[in-house]
Order: sequence, then C-alpha cells, then structure tokens
Amino acid sequence: MTDSQWPLWEVFTQGATGEPFEHAGSVHAADAEQALQNARDVYARRGEAVNLWVVPSTAIVASAPSDAGPFFEPGNDKAYRHPQFYKVPKGVKVF
Amino acid sequence: MSPSTPGAPASPAGPRTSPPANALFEYVLRLGDDRLVLGHRMAEWCGHGPILEEDIALSNIALDLTGQAAALLALAGEIEGAGRSEDALAYFRDETAFRNALITELPTGDFGFTIVRQFFFDAYSLLLWDVIAKGGHAKLAALAAKSLKEDTYHLRHSSEWVRKLGDGTPESHARAQAAVDALWRFTGELFERDAIDDAAAAAGVAVDHAALAAQWRELVEGVLREATLVVPAAPGAMVTGGRRGRHTEHLGHLLAEMQIVARSHPGASW
Repeated sequence: MTDSQWPLWEVFTQGATGEPFEHAGSVHAADAEQALQNARDVYARRGEAVNLWVVPSTAIVASAPSDAGPFFEPGNDKAYRHPQFYKVPKGVKVF
Repeated sequence: MSPSTPGAPASPAGPRTSPPANALFEYVLRLGDDRLVLGHRMAEWCGHGPILEEDIALSNIALDLTGQAAALLALAGEIEGAGRSEDALAYFRDETAFRNALITELPTGDFGFTIVRQFFFDAYSLLLWDVIAKGGHAKLAALAAKSLKEDTYHLRHSSEWVRKLGDGTPESHARAQAAVDALWRFTGELFERDAIDDAAAAAGVAVDHAALAAQWRELVEGVLREATLVVPAAPGAMVTGGRRGRHTEHLGHLLAEMQIVARSHPGASW
C-alpha cells in the first residue's frame, strides 16, 4: 500500500500565557496553515490551549536509544548533582 | 405554520405583502433553521472524512452549527411565546414549516461540494453576524458575538480548502469548479429581502441586504480567484423558496433521519 498520508507535524500547546509549551501529539497536514488548523481541531478545541506551535516532524532531532548509556547514565552515581542531595536548613521557607 | 400567525396559509405560495404578527420569531427561525440543517449535513461526514484530522474538523463545525441552532431556536421559541422549546422546533415541525435557505439542505455531495457550500455559507454567516452583533436586539447580538468567533474559524478552514482544491490537482480543480457552478444559483436566496426582514429591522436587526451581498461577492470572488476558480459566466436565475417553506425534495429525507428518534420517543432524555 502506498503512503497516501500528508507530512507529519508535531504539535505543542501552551495552556496559559507564560506557561511552557508542551508536546501534545502530532497531526498530518499538507502545509503549515493546515497543520495549525488540524492541531487546533485535534488538540485545542475544548479550550486546552491559548497558543499552538506546529513543527515539521522531520525538523526534530532526536537522541537514539543507543545513546541512552552515554547520554543519561553517567549522572546516576553522582547524587550530589541533584538538589534532593542537599538538606534544607531549618528556618528556610520551602516553596 | 405558526399558531401566532392566524390567517396565514400553511405554506404561502408567494412573497408576503405584510409581515405576520410575529415576524421576529420568523426571522430568528430562519437563522436557526439554516444552521440546524447545514449542521446536520456536515454531521453526515462524521466517520467519513478524508483523513482523521479533517473528520474531526468537519465534526467540530457540525457541532458549532448545531449549537448555534439550539441557541437560536430557543430564542425563537421564547419570542414566539407559545411554549415551544428548541427541541420542539427542531424535531416536531414538518418540512413546510422549515425556513432554511435551500443551499443548506442540498445533499452532501463530494468533499469539494461540501467545502464550497460551507465556504459560501461561512462568508455569508460571518458578515451577517458582524452586523447583528452590532444591532439593537440585545439577546440576538450576544448570540451573534459568540457565533462570530466560531464562524471566523469556519471561514478560515473552508476558504483554505477552497484554495487547496481549486489550485490543486486537475481533478480537485474540476470538482471544486463543478461545485461552484452547481451552487451559485442557490446563493441569491441568502440575500433576499422580504417583509420579515423589514419587520426584523424595525425590531433592531437592521441588515442592509444589498451591502451584505456586495461584501459577500467581494470576499468570495477574492478567494475563488486565488483558487483559480471562476464565477459562472451565465449563472441563470437564482433558485429560492426555502424562506417560505418551499423546499427541494432533499429536506424531507434529511428531516426524517434527524427527527425519527425524537418522534419515536417523545420526551425521552439521555
């Protein structure tokens, strides 16, 4: 079966002004305007977002599963790199 | 059709010379019926859209239109003052009592037909809401302001598709042009003016139909040009009658499907 799908776009939604954009999912669309419209219909039609980003999926550069070791594991034995390693002194207000 | 218009025939054969007693009811009914019937046509795409995203888009538009219709019919019932709810008006009136423009009831056709019809209607509806939102009838103006936002998006969606289909492949162009040619003669009805409109104007809903038609043509022709589509050179006479309850053979079938559940189980809730 030939692939009749349009290009894939990644959709990012911002729930409220000032909040970070978060990945919501993806849509198929022939161009940027249609990607925005489809993203609106699929991911923001119930008021979930105040802003949208759409990015061609091909523009995303991803790490490979084989990178998992060198990329992410070296930190595991260095607990002092995590804020949780440090005790909060008495009298400091925790937010 | 209306119990509040004594003496009026069930289906007037020609334009009225004087407005019926409750002209504003009739006027709001027209607005509501346009959106109820078109919303139903659009809902026929649910599960049949060309791709998942477009299926959702079309269903969203159907829901918006049906929502507008529900609010308008509720307001119409309130104006009529005979105790008819939006459900009573939607599900328990027969074909000749419907006041929608004929363009809204034509069968769904192919995707090109659906899009061009929606585009013609969106452009009209958006311009109309803009006028009514600034008008003197508070409740209708509030409804118009809300619907204006929805229709702005509908027009963005349909006009973008008209450009894509018209300026797309030879097949999409041919289908879109065939839809423009077939639908053009139904567009005149949207800008007809009769005694009901005059009475609505007196009640604060003053729409300048000639100006509206001119704005519509400019908007529509602009998009058609970009889409490399042409307005029919010899469109022939405009087809009308829906506003007076004289419909095509298609409306009865649509209503049969739309009304069957409500009529089989009157008063049921779910």
